[in-house]
Amino acid sequence: MTHTTEVLVIGGGSTGTGIARDLAMRGVDVTLVEQGNLTHGTTGRMHGLLHSGGRYAVSDQASATECIEENRVLRDIASHCVEETGGLFVQRPEDSDEYFREKLEGCRECGIPAEELTAAEAREVEPYLAGDVKRAIKVPDGAIDPFRLCVANAVSAENHGARIETHAEVVDLLGDEDDVTGVKVRHESGPGKREHATPGTTEEMHADYVVNATGAWAGQIGDMAGVDVEVRPSKGVMVVMNCRQVDTVVNRCRPKGDADIVVPHETTAILGTTDEEVEDPAEYPEEGWEVDLMIDTLSELVPILEEARTVRSFWGVRPLYEPPDVGSEDPTDITRDYFLLDHEERDDLRGLTSIVGGKFTTYRMMAEEISDHVCEQLGVRGECRTADEPLPGSEHPGNLDAAMDRFGLRSPVARRSTQRLGSRTEEVLASADPNPVVCDCEAVTRAEVQDAIASAGTDLNAVRIRTRASMGNCQGGFCCHRMAAELHPEYDEPTAREALDELFQERWKGEVHALWGEQLSQAALNYALHATTMNRDRDPARTGGVDYAAFDDGPGAPDAAGEGRGVATDGGDHGD
Amino acid sequence: MAIRDDVLVVGGGLAGVAAALAASEHADVRLISHKQSTLRHASGLVDVLGYPPEGGEDADPIAEPFDALADLPEGHPYERVGADAVREGLALFDDAVGDTYVGSHTDRNALVPTHGGTVKPTARYPKSAAAGLASDGRDALLVGFAALTDFDAPLAADHLAAAGVPFEARGATVRFPGEFRDDAKVTRYAHALDRNEDLNGVPARTALAEAVKPHLDGEERVGFPAVLGDDDPCGVRASLAEKLDADVFEVPMGPPSLPGLRLEDRLYAALAEAGVHAETGNPAVEVEAEDGRIRAVVVDRTGRPVPYHADQFVLATGGLVGKGIDSDREAVREPIFDCHVPHPSDRYDWFDADAFGDHPFARFGVDVDSDLRPRAADGTAEYGNLRAAGGVLGGYDFAAEKSGGGVSLATGYAAGTAAGRAAGGETSDAAIPGDTT
Repeated sequence: MTHTTEVLVIGGGSTGTGIARDLAMRGVDVTLVEQGNLTHGTTGRMHGLLHSGGRYAVSDQASATECIEENRVLRDIASHCVEETGGLFVQRPEDSDEYFREKLEGCRECGIPAEELTAAEAREVEPYLAGDVKRAIKVPDGAIDPFRLCVANAVSAENHGARIETHAEVVDLLGDEDDVTGVKVRHESGPGKREHATPGTTEEMHADYVVNATGAWAGQIGDMAGVDVEVRPSKGVMVVMNCRQVDTVVNRCRPKGDADIVVPHETTAILGTTDEEVEDPAEYPEEGWEVDLMIDTLSELVPILEEARTVRSFWGVRPLYEPPDVGSEDPTDITRDYFLLDHEERDDLRGLTSIVGGKFTTYRMMAEEISDHVCEQLGVRGECRTADEPLPGSEHPGNLDAAMDRFGLRSPVARRSTQRLGSRTEEVLASADPNPVVCDCEAVTRAEVQDAIASAGTDLNAVRIRTRASMGNCQGGFCCHRMAAELHPEYDEPTAREALDELFQERWKGEVHALWGEQLSQAALNYALHATTMNRDRDPARTGGVDYAAFDDGPGAPDAAGEGRGVATDGGDHGD
Repeated sequence: MAIRDDVLVVGGGLAGVAAALAASEHADVRLISHKQSTLRHASGLVDVLGYPPEGGEDADPIAEPFDALADLPEGHPYERVGADAVREGLALFDDAVGDTYVGSHTDRNALVPTHGGTVKPTARYPKSAAAGLASDGRDALLVGFAALTDFDAPLAADHLAAAGVPFEARGATVRFPGEFRDDAKVTRYAHALDRNEDLNGVPARTALAEAVKPHLDGEERVGFPAVLGDDDPCGVRASLAEKLDADVFEVPMGPPSLPGLRLEDRLYAALAEAGVHAETGNPAVEVEAEDGRIRAVVVDRTGRPVPYHADQFVLATGGLVGKGIDSDREAVREPIFDCHVPHPSDRYDWFDADAFGDHPFARFGVDVDSDLRPRAADGTAEYGNLRAAGGVLGGYDFAAEKSGGGVSLATGYAAGTAAGRAAGGETSDAAIPGDTT
């Protein structure tokens, strides 16, 4: 089976989907392949910060300027993915006045609205700040849902004719030592919407041009092409708290360091992060001390974090890149700038460009630049429109609340749905009747789950990232099986069961980094519900071979209460 | 006001109730519990031993649990109290719940369909679940409600087929009649059926039967999610059975579980009948001790510390789920009596990487001697007059073994009997009557 396209984009993160959207909108025929889900790599493993640029206002003013510019663009084109929380850079008594001053000036130099607050004013914004903080700088940081954003980009790309292929791992590049002409992928998918081919089969995709937008995996694609792409994957931990201990982004105002940010994100707050170089972007140690460091250090800024409930932790890898000969020892020194590596210019290899480095907040700008580059290679003349045209879901902001009354949902549920769906609210919620809540923690209804299944198929992790179902306090203990049930009868029982197991195990994986206190109690409850109440751990459908006749079949004869059985069986005694 | 009893039981779940009932045969008993018990989370089934503790995930279910008790490892609660205590605990339960439960007619386990569509081995099941047993060869129609996301009947039926049950199972989804909100609570359905409410001009039980009838194709039994009544489940089932001309059963569900709530009501009625003074709502926060004996448990009554004195004490506060065992990033502890809880020092050794793996946390609990007295790290009894029962005990994984109810009843019975006798002056503190080890 072969497939031909003009441009093949490898990587389904923010950069890849951004490029696919940009090119598709310019009329280019695009195919995007991703080894896992959309956002599978780095994009799905960030703390959801929409940078104001304040973070880079001292160390890297070019990045800071780009951030504030793109921050404004995303508020506009992706309003249903963005929450304008605002942010604070908070100075503790031990943090330097000099740096505080530099930060404030730096923000102003980069065009970032910045306002100095006294300690009392800062605590008015964030009552849980430590009593001894000195002062703060207020900046327009925000929170952004990277899943929703990526999916919206992919949907927009598809609407403009692109093919988006998830669970398709690139196993080889096509062409010769002078010329890349496509890729060979292996389809890992199960049945469902994620299929274009049978799982386990390979497919050759021929393309006029290939873009390597795989972030931390860019070196591996480079290896297949025989070129060096020296990305330096750097891991960072993020710790998810049970509720929003803060409603604004809280940054520590000091030059650099681990554990210096808290981002309110939907119903949670996310603590971040560390910065440590790793060998392999997919295999690295996830260690308890990293989790402890987040809680212990950030409690200095927000003391209640020490006692708060932690629901899980996850790690992401940054695709850091620095040009040869810089030679930074410490990953925190490596620039967050992005680099476009044209392999024809650089390595005499035609048809391939890699994009490395960069930041989530500026993904659109990167996509624009690389799309310009690709169009130039292909001789395509098309204007970039991604800064002006809203993403699907953000076309008609406002006036949604009025429409909500029609769906008979309790108002908090309706509000959450509206926030997630944006301008698609009516269309989605009108599709299920009845429309009960499937995930109580995150107030996700059947309609949203069904809508996600329509685009994600049997991959419940993809349903999860589209809806947030199973991402709350119970971490799926109460709703994983309900989500799986939504697959039936369109998909058969073994498929639903397999999807359930996959999601349940995925949820468990992150929960283990929060197994103490309330969350250990929750985990024990989840385990009991699934093992004791449902017997999913020893499921006879999996183990087989149950000798049913050896078990009790009831007292047999009609009983005294007059609720006799319709048929007398053999008396309920099979003997030994 | 001095509060003084012979025996004070701390904890109001299955183990606490069993202990209080057993102790009340010999002494005056008070039971205190902080919050609602975890029975509302549980299915209402009472398991004794469904799988061998060290059998691994591919083990076959145990048909004859009493035969398997002898093989349990040292330190397992059943090993501590012996098989006779298991029988006595079940007898006490059978007595307390009367004809609302089934299973006492045999030593064998039954296989009960779960709302996840599998079957699980259990020793006692609510009468409402009796017609659903998997070893019963009659074909079954499972009925789910469109707005009740916890039970998908067609999926459960297909799952039962995959589990190889010896009958045909079909599933159908109907709308619960009447005007209910899409996320109505399970108790809402139960109360509508209890009261046989008028639903658009038709009594609820009739309306439900009419909604199901078109889907019935000769099956002799019909299974519903466990929402068939709270106050009058027998009446609801009987009406539906008559109108459908088929046996009617409930498939046990997760929280909030009506079978669990009904069981709790039943058990508290039994406590009242036995003259046990039961009070709920205030937490026990600390203890007063002297010379290796507990003098009183201090209860926080809306900010005021009130000592509850007794001669003997039973700790039955549950495990990690019920918060009888607590933890932080550094350690695991029993918060009221501060009994020793053995556990690995590194919290990354508390779990297995597989969600259904062999989790050390599942075995967290106090370590007891054969008198069920919690032991300190050096192996000596923490207190001469304190015994522990149920989920707070360590050394067993009730979820993997399917043994939670049985352990609670057996150890509750043993601890309560010993405490009652000791308080009544029949024995010394340390002797546990009927100790078979």
